Amino acid sequence: MKILVCISNVPDTTSKINFTEGDTKFDTNGVQFVINPNDEFGLTRAMWFKEKQGATVHVVTVGGAQTEPTIRKALAIGADEAIRVNAEPTDGFFVAKQLAEVVKSGGYDLVIAGRESIDYNGGMVPGILATLLDMNFVNMCIGLEIDGTNATALREIDGGKEKLTTSLPLVIGGQKGLVEESDLRIPNMRGIMMARKKALNVVEPVDAPQPTNDQKFEKPAAKGPVKLVDAENVGELVNLLHNEAKVI
Amino acid sequence: MSVLVYTESLKGKFKKNAFEAASYAYKVAQDMGGSVTAVTFNSENDAELGAYGVSKVLKISNDKLGTFNAKAYADALSQAAEAEGAKVIILSSSADTKYLAPILTTKLNAGYVPNVVAAPDSTSPFVVKRTAFSNKGFAHTEITSDVKIIGVSSNAFGVVENNTTASLENFNPSLNDGDFAVQSVEVDRVTGKVTIADADIVVSGGRGLKGPENWGMIEELAEVLGAATACSKPVSDLGWRPHGEHVGQTGKPVASNLYIAIGISGAIQHLAGVSSSKVKVVINNDPEAPFFKAADYGIVGDAFEVVPKLIEKLKEFKAQNA
Ligand SMILES: Cc1cc2nc3c(=O)[nH]c(=O)nc-3n(C[C@H](O)[C@H](O)[C@H](O)COP(=O)(O)OP(=O)(O)OC[C@H]3O[C@@H](n4cnc5c(N)ncnc54)[C@H](O)[C@@H]3O)c2cc1C
Ligand SMILES: Nc1ncnc2c1ncn2[C@@H]1O[C@H](COP(=O)(O)O)[C@@H](O)[C@H]1O
Repeated sequence: MKILVCISNVPDTTSKINFTEGDTKFDTNGVQFVINPNDEFGLTRAMWFKEKQGATVHVVTVGGAQTEPTIRKALAIGADEAIRVNAEPTDGFFVAKQLAEVVKSGGYDLVIAGRESIDYNGGMVPGILATLLDMNFVNMCIGLEIDGTNATALREIDGGKEKLTTSLPLVIGGQKGLVEESDLRIPNMRGIMMARKKALNVVEPVDAPQPTNDQKFEKPAAKGPVKLVDAENVGELVNLLHNEAKVI
Repeated sequence: MSVLVYTESLKGKFKKNAFEAASYAYKVAQDMGGSVTAVTFNSENDAELGAYGVSKVLKISNDKLGTFNAKAYADALSQAAEAEGAKVIILSSSADTKYLAPILTTKLNAGYVPNVVAAPDSTSPFVVKRTAFSNKGFAHTEITSDVKIIGVSSNAFGVVENNTTASLENFNPSLNDGDFAVQSVEVDRVTGKVTIADADIVVSGGRGLKGPENWGMIEELAEVLGAATACSKPVSDLGWRPHGEHVGQTGKPVASNLYIAIGISGAIQHLAGVSSSKVKVVINNDPEAPFFKAADYGIVGDAFEVVPKLIEKLKEFKAQNA
């Protein structure tokens, strides 16, 4: 089985978000970039398929040269090869088109992407990719087993979960649950050394439309101070929620 | 011009997000000069949609679509969009809708913007405001494609009544085997409980509650308020609560009217997921807990003393206001 894990390079979850150039760009100053958390769960599940079922695992990112440390980290965790499509990922449809080219030329059976990138929260790249290539697709995937070309997947639904069956070739939009938090791996020294020798192929983008563009950003309005209620006077909270906030 | 809206139902009944999406569609139709056509799947009360501005319903009745199937639903919706010549399509932000949206987008060669929180800034050019960076910011995003798809966030635009009369028309999409290549074999949905996605009020517990055995009071508080229960990430990582309850940047977003955080410190990743909630209450025994900076109301105190009192006071309040 040949697996491609799609990795988006995102600000670390602890990052403070600021904008620059007249609020038209995300300010990357002082921001640490990491593997998108949803993709980290997917990559870890791919490692399981590699170790238990002999799969080959490649990783891909669409991004500039500055994203290379992030894909090197994926190689250090155990992916066999990496591909970087040399383009700025400014639109979900555009990114999916680039990934579709990589999937076609690499002949992958399973594409593991994330439910969403935690930066622009498009939540669309895996679904567009699957539809462009007419591959099967499971979103918000929280469990995946492969047996030959048969796949059994769990997906999160509002208020529960659903079990699905389908077949390869398959694209998933994965998230926590694919593996447990405690299964996530931190690259060790040996992995980091080995990663240096692994191939990181840079390919140029294909032409593709970009149907959306972000024109301006803003931060949420600053909050007023909290109104404290004495622990001995809990009834006052009920009163405030009813009469002032009008939410009960 | 018609604005198409996908109005979601469960077991024949519309979800609240269907009315919210219809209300949004009506606003877009007014701005652009047009009317709203809804697409329904096996729903029972199509005429209800008239109250939210829908003037035409394309009614799909098909047993094969009795259980949600993303690809088949997307195929049906794309055929409806083409039949209507719709240029704008409005969706909700439910788990099912976020599953079908990218498929629909590709079929229609459309531009798709999810998590939209307000009526369009303008319709020509077409610019909408959405959340970005997991609710740590907003983006004003332009859609330049001919067909445009908007995913409306829950509880942001709200449900607006616009009395219209909805005419019904049966619609029979032609579906193929490929639409059912992913098959549902088992749906495990908690019944009789409010889900986080639909809840007006969410009661959430953190590691400060010490262990799963202490969730009884959280459940009881939720029950008194008619609320959904949720938790912080470590609580689900530790297996005290199911993963589906984990809220935050890497879990579910919450956009309720009221969010009550009990024994949750207020880490940046947690706050990102709840920043769209309108009113936030924190109960924590540490006055320095960061959550107090993000909350509207707070009680500094021991949850094990405060929560039972709060339940008692709410019961009294309910009895008086019944
Ligand atoms: C990549 C990444 C992603 C993450 N994503 C998320 C996410 O999506 N969602 C999320 O929630 N977290 C997330 N986290 C974790 C986050 O950083 C915090 O660790 C977590 O939110 C803390 O959970 P908590 O507040 O329940 O626990 P703690 O931080 O341990 O806080 C417990 C609180 O309970 C209070 N307390 C203790 N006893 C009592 C009592 N008797 N009565 C009242 N209060 C009491 C304490 O004062 C304390 O403030 C993420 C972390 C990382 C690294
Ligand atoms: N620039 C990118 N390069 C590679 N994969 C990406 C990129 N952007 C998004 N993806 C994949 O698509 C998923 C969903 O991203 P999005 O649709 O941007 O929210 C991510 O979790 C990644 O797996």
